[in-house]
Amino acid sequence: MDPRFKIAHREAWIGVGLAVAHFVWWFGFAYGLGSRPVEEYTYILGFPDWFFYSCIIGFILISVTVIVLAKYILKDVSFEEEGDES
Amino acid sequence: MNIGVIIPLVIFLVLIFIIGLWSSKKVESPTGGFLQDYFLGGRELGGFVLAMTMVATYGSASSFLGGPGTAYTMGFGWVLLAMTQVVTGYFILLVLGKKFSILARKYNAITLIDFLKVRYNSSVVVLLAAISMIIFLFSAMTAQWVGGGRLIESLTGVQYTTALFIFAISVLVYVVIGGFRAVAVTDAVQGAVMVIGTLILLIAVIIAGGGVPNIIQDLLAENPRLLTPYGNEGNLSAAYVSSFWILVGVGVVGLPQMAVRAMSYKNTRSMHRALVIGTIVTGFIMLNMHLIGIFARPILPGVEIADSVIPLVTLKVLPAWLAGIVLAAPLAAIMSTVDSLLILVSSSIVKDVYINYIKPDASEKSIKRLSFGVTTLLGSIVFLLALDPPDLLIFLNLFAFGGLEAAFIWPVVLGLYWSYGNKYGAIASMLTGIISYIALHFYNEAYGNLFGMHTVVLPVILSLLAYVACSLLIKKTKYIF
Repeated sequence: MDPRFKIAHREAWIGVGLAVAHFVWWFGFAYGLGSRPVEEYTYILGFPDWFFYSCIIGFILISVTVIVLAKYILKDVSFEEEGDES
Repeated sequence: MNIGVIIPLVIFLVLIFIIGLWSSKKVESPTGGFLQDYFLGGRELGGFVLAMTMVATYGSASSFLGGPGTAYTMGFGWVLLAMTQVVTGYFILLVLGKKFSILARKYNAITLIDFLKVRYNSSVVVLLAAISMIIFLFSAMTAQWVGGGRLIESLTGVQYTTALFIFAISVLVYVVIGGFRAVAVTDAVQGAVMVIGTLILLIAVIIAGGGVPNIIQDLLAENPRLLTPYGNEGNLSAAYVSSFWILVGVGVVGLPQMAVRAMSYKNTRSMHRALVIGTIVTGFIMLNMHLIGIFARPILPGVEIADSVIPLVTLKVLPAWLAGIVLAAPLAAIMSTVDSLLILVSSSIVKDVYINYIKPDASEKSIKRLSFGVTTLLGSIVFLLALDPPDLLIFLNLFAFGGLEAAFIWPVVLGLYWSYGNKYGAIASMLTGIISYIALHFYNEAYGNLFGMHTVVLPVILSLLAYVACSLLIKKTKYIF
């Protein structure tokens, strides 16, 4: 097998894993905190707490994760090698 | 309508026009053959342009008009739903990823269907894919054109027909002449306009509403349910909102207009940059545009038509010239979706159908003439269809969305990663996906959503089962990549 595929497979799984973690975070805070009666909500920077954690913090965390992935985890491979262009 | 609003819009259209023409100059001296250059930009997109063209192609009228308008009515539950789209920023590039780029280059694939053709070695797969793509994307494109025409109409006060004509001309010329590269480069500019417009409007709306805590108090006083994840009438269920993770989240990987971008970048460094930029920009736009929709509620109560919330609130909170700049954003979103769909449908007709089956030995010159011709013709047909506009913009758009996702997601993703996937699986999966989508759509219309989920969920699961079952049961073979 093309050795580049090993890297590609690993990174595809990283993508799936990240999406699953993202979903759990999003769902957990939205419906974990958000299903309380509205009177019990607390407000952070003005936003309802469930929304602040689920969507705002969630988005920031995902962005940071993606930056770390791009910088340290994902590997560069060449698209040029092997002259099998025929 | 205020002339002060129109001037920035006209400047925007002219700017896009010039940039489109300028970036099309390169097509004159193609490096990797005309087709690769015209339909794929010569596979040389950098990280920024790649990220922006993905965001801009994906972000459409519904991200700037319909979506925020619904958030205006439904409250925070709809913003929660909109945030499922952030996943597209990284998921498509990571999952299709390097393998797709390597194989696309190896197969010399210019369209998504080229990839399917080599992978499955079946003309049934190719024709099925091409037909479903042309039909579904055509309806998506028409809906977007209607959106573009209506937007220009509402902003400038000119008649719908004239507005549509202005819109058609501004998009058609650079797409026809410049091909994919002009589409991608203008997308980058349009993406930037979308980000800037969002930022300006967000700040203005928060100031007009007296700060976020103040706005939230107003909403609480009006209807506490606006602050819950369950919508203004408490009828947004967790299952329904979560199913948008498939429709506008991970399922987007199956959309041809997105997948084709995942084979257009220059090197892995561009891809890594695009991951970061794409995720941040998508999240920024989706979060803030939908928040603007909610925040508009106390500032401008009683708007009936969802699509007009954003234009109305913009005109209310901003001086005319600045409103013009902000309102260029939804126009940019629509243009950047339309141009991508146009070039994609054209590529499908020219490359997947004509060159594959009608005239494989066509000369470079006649291909070139044909590509320009087909693109122009397509644009004209869509223009004519959009003259008598079908209603429910989001509806049509999502219909095309879900149907294509159900058809393509498994043949593409499993075709990439699962050696035992074969053409029988792919054919079964596409047919199952489309047919069950359409059937379930009508069922849900009549009886309410089955299991409380969006229509897309079951067809995606069924098409997975069909793919796996048929690949294993009919002439099981191991594909060597």
